[in-house]
Amino acid sequence: MSTAIEKILSHSIGKNVSAGDFVEVNIDFAYFHDGTGPLIIDVLKEMEVNNIFDKNKVAVIFDHSAPPYNDQSATLQSKVRKFVIEQNIEKFHDIGEGICHQVVPEKGYIAPGMIVAGADSHTCTLGAFGAMAIGMGATDMAYILATGKTWLKVPETIGVECNGKLKEGVTSKDLILEIAKMIGTDGANYKVLEFFGDTIKNMSISSRMTMTNMAIEMGAKTAFIEPDEKTIEFLGRNGKKFKSDRFSEIISIDSSLIDPKIACPDNISNVKSVSEVEGIEVDQVFIGSCTNGRYEDIYEAARILKGKKARVKLIVIPASKSILMRIIKDGIISILLEAGAVIGVPGCGPCLGVHMGVLGENEICISTSNRNFIGRMGAKTSKVYLASPLTAAASAIEGKITDPRKYIK
Amino acid sequence: MIIKGRVWKFGNDVNTDVIIPAKYLRSVDKSVWPKHVMEGLDPTFSSKVKPGDIIVAGKNFGCGSSREQAVLAIKWAGIAAVVAESFARIFFRNGINNGLLLIECKGIYNSVDEGDIIEIDLDKGIVKTKKGDLSFKPLPPILQEILNSGGLVEYYKKKVKRY
Repeated sequence: MSTAIEKILSHSIGKNVSAGDFVEVNIDFAYFHDGTGPLIIDVLKEMEVNNIFDKNKVAVIFDHSAPPYNDQSATLQSKVRKFVIEQNIEKFHDIGEGICHQVVPEKGYIAPGMIVAGADSHTCTLGAFGAMAIGMGATDMAYILATGKTWLKVPETIGVECNGKLKEGVTSKDLILEIAKMIGTDGANYKVLEFFGDTIKNMSISSRMTMTNMAIEMGAKTAFIEPDEKTIEFLGRNGKKFKSDRFSEIISIDSSLIDPKIACPDNISNVKSVSEVEGIEVDQVFIGSCTNGRYEDIYEAARILKGKKARVKLIVIPASKSILMRIIKDGIISILLEAGAVIGVPGCGPCLGVHMGVLGENEICISTSNRNFIGRMGAKTSKVYLASPLTAAASAIEGKITDPRKYIK
Repeated sequence: MIIKGRVWKFGNDVNTDVIIPAKYLRSVDKSVWPKHVMEGLDPTFSSKVKPGDIIVAGKNFGCGSSREQAVLAIKWAGIAAVVAESFARIFFRNGINNGLLLIECKGIYNSVDEGDIIEIDLDKGIVKTKKGDLSFKPLPPILQEILNSGGLVEYYKKKVKRY
């Protein structure tokens, strides 16, 4: 009896390991972005490493400052670009290609069963593909680039069982916010959150990625969803499928009971029903990020915004260039522009408060991203509410927090 | 080894965005980071903190982004150790990798007040506070080795690179 994560690690190492063991593992794929890149390069220099372990197993994506917003961020990016050329890294995606956690699976760089490391906390998103994907800091990533290995404590896995059909107007974002409320900001510390049940089975890959993306906000080492035919179709490749036959504990949720949820400032577990906070005025709406910047998110927001006008700043940023091209091709972009939206360059956008929609003093934003920490998106006095793209779109129309169900025909 | 220092106290869920706001991250000059340490919670902190001081916090210290600048800002501000009820996973790894002493110690939050002098006895595994001694578990051997080497870079140079 093992968890899927224990099986992935055991398979990779070649002997049975279980939760609590300290192990050294080979990394099957590693990636980093323009935010963490400059420090990684400095650490590699300190380590006196001239060549990375395997250029074919490494991707570099520029998403955090895309395009760079000042001379320093541009200088740091050119330092990383130079490194990419020196190391002959072909899996390089410059500004505008999208967010790393979106681009890596879109390009099929990963497969189920792989052990993946990313120098970004939201690397856990890729657990939606049945991989073990771990977020790390710069020094750990430099060590991986030098050796192809890292050390890990084999984590326990909490099973989160979601059964039932989500109501109209309710998305996987509402479901994961409800789970965050139950688990808290550190309830999954050092553990894996594995999502299963018929709600998860019936979800699109995009919706699943929204779930796994937010595992880190509950302290999890990573998230996991058992791969299926949708996973293989999205990635365009097969892999090794592992299945859990035990969990350290199981949390069960009836998805059919969930209504639209919102995480209020300044803590991800401060979750309420949208109906409880309806009417709070907002200054800005942001639809995008690695949590909710995918095609179905933007499509659903456009359904609500069609023929309407946003009363407040509305910023929509596709998570990748391919998503941007799709909304151009099918005309979604016109609906958004006519509704008053500003379309940003694919990337992280204002989520981390450095560009493309930074909040001013006392401004309030409703955002589809994943963090509502004090000052996360700008001024220390600004506030962030986290919700689904539907709730965000409805709130843009009214200029205040709004339950989206009244706009769903 | 004994580390003795003055306490600065913070609460639960101190995230890396408040330890070092993202607007300071893209800096070519790294000396910027310690100047803004903890700015999201206390903008005057960097002018008050002295080398050898100790941060005490509640649960889940260092949650959020993987930015290693959060560890570097604390370390370069001269903080000798962070003692918390618990740490977020990525921050914990980043701290050890950079040779920053992090002590997970249950009961610490309610045992000290800001300005107290506490003593960390690494050999005995205890933190001495005015309310008595609190014990903490030693680090697992692999982490002990990395920390004792001075961080992962030195560990790599000593243990890995030679082979």
